Amino acid sequence: MNDTAITLPSSLSWPGDGVHRVPYWVYTDPDTYRRELERFYYAGHWCYIGLEAEIPNPGDFRRSAVGERSVIMVRAQDGSVRVLENVCAHRGAQFCRERQGNRKEFVCPYHQWAYDLEGKLRGIPYRRGIRQDGQLSGGMPADFQMEGRGLTSLKVAVRGGVVFASFDHSVESLEDYLGPTILSYFDRVFDGRKLKVLGYNRQRIPGNWKLMQENIKDPYHPGLLHSWFVTFGLWRADSKTSLKMDAHKRHAAMIGVRSVGKPAGDVVSGVTSYKADMSLRDPRQLDIVPEEWWKGPTAVMLTLFPSLIIQQQVNSLSMRHIQPRGPGVFDFVWTHFAFEDDNDEMIQRRLLQANLFGPSGYVSADDGEVIEFSQMGFQEKPDQQCLLEMGGHGSEEATNIASETLIRGMYQYWRRVMGV
Amino acid sequence: MNQALEAQAYTELLQLYAEYTAAIDAGDWDRWPEFFTEDCIYKLQPRENHERGLPLATLHFHSKGMLQDRVYGIRETLFHDPYYQRHVVSLPRVLSVDGGRWFLEANYAVFRTKLGELSTVFNVGRYLDEVVRVEGALKFASRSCIYDSEMIPNAIIYPI
Ligand code: FES
Ligand SMILES: [Fe+2]
Repeated sequence: MNDTAITLPSSLSWPGDGVHRVPYWVYTDPDTYRRELERFYYAGHWCYIGLEAEIPNPGDFRRSAVGERSVIMVRAQDGSVRVLENVCAHRGAQFCRERQGNRKEFVCPYHQWAYDLEGKLRGIPYRRGIRQDGQLSGGMPADFQMEGRGLTSLKVAVRGGVVFASFDHSVESLEDYLGPTILSYFDRVFDGRKLKVLGYNRQRIPGNWKLMQENIKDPYHPGLLHSWFVTFGLWRADSKTSLKMDAHKRHAAMIGVRSVGKPAGDVVSGVTSYKADMSLRDPRQLDIVPEEWWKGPTAVMLTLFPSLIIQQQVNSLSMRHIQPRGPGVFDFVWTHFAFEDDNDEMIQRRLLQANLFGPSGYVSADDGEVIEFSQMGFQEKPDQQCLLEMGGHGSEEATNIASETLIRGMYQYWRRVMGV
Repeated sequence: MNQALEAQAYTELLQLYAEYTAAIDAGDWDRWPEFFTEDCIYKLQPRENHERGLPLATLHFHSKGMLQDRVYGIRETLFHDPYYQRHVVSLPRVLSVDGGRWFLEANYAVFRTKLGELSTVFNVGRYLDEVVRVEGALKFASRSCIYDSEMIPNAIIYPI
């Protein structure tokens, strides 16, 4: 083995001027990761926080995350949703430790500074000092102002029951941020119907956070990696597919119509994950009932850059929240939901189909696994490059699964914002 | 029930627990569904969902057939990094007995060892079980694995 190969620092340059080659260091370099947090998660972008249904009443709160930062989603007395950074204005304590609950105010345990539900500083113990021998001593200086000393309050946008926030108060509106195409697919799910939270799944995936965005911008893999998709026709080469993006190409929609019937020979020839004789002993797990609001597609997978994936795959619905924790690891938090007006049967169906998804799911557990394998490869050779030429070199919208156009589109945007 | 009978039944329960654990630690997947009744429930669920009455589970099977489908998945369809798992299970605590149905609880810790890697704590929680006798043999009518672990280290492929 060549000794120098181990110690040579990565050149950190982008190979060529296209996006059909992506260098491994974008997934491993700590400085690049830190700049991503600053430019994507902490400025200029909207990040996913949670669902309004998680905090129905005034005082209800639930913790969430923006990038690596802990935030609290809370419903204020006036019914509005606030998102506050979970960092005390005094000495930085991450004061809120519960996952969720109901509060009239937030009090930091360290020195008991108290904040109202809008994050305003309301109380400082011994602010005016302590009376000793008839004299006031200590305390904050007389000219200390409580005004403007509260918790960092994020800009909030709520649409269709989904809560987004940004540390950047100059960020464009959520609607402009998503753009008309992606917004229409967002509204297809969140059309004003009340949501019902079914529960959570949490997994820690040892890979760079972008790999999860890329996984759901990659229609090439589902019909190859996931036997359930190819065998039961949920997503494979003969599925009617369209791949759409916003004008910046940061967000995407993978839209598919399920194939019914046996696939033609060339669809599955050489595809080892296709199991011609596979059938379920208990078919209730795939008891698919089309819903009117689908308006045609049986699956729409939305990637909202940088932090969210919205899944509608037949009757299963989930929000998948990406929470980076370093260049080589992220937490992936799933919130499955239904609609308030679903009948029991539909809720049971959504719950059973959830067996396909999450950290043990038939078409998801292996996504985490392959992301881990990619990251292992990247770490060994930061200067090597991914080869992304399925469907050409460009990043136009496409209508077939043998295309990596959405990933190339994302890297066009990424390069622009990162200046590389 | 007299004491001698009770002790005998408890010994039988211990055997069921020991055999279950031995089968899944050995990767003897074909045996796994056989510990259950035909219309059993098997559930792997985060503690938060369980305590808040949220129905979502990481895995939720409603019949022996679904367990057999899972076995097929483990063997044929779920691509994964192979690993050893090793369960350490406490003595079951009897919560109640009702007309031949035993309601039990037991703590478990599962260690994972990937090829060439250190052993790590993989999943920690408790079983909430309902055991019945079917044609002479004790079977799980229901087994819920309620886990404390706040994060699944990437994926859980094999049964807990
Ligand atoms: S750090 Fe919060 S009150 Fe002092
Ligand atoms: Fe996948």
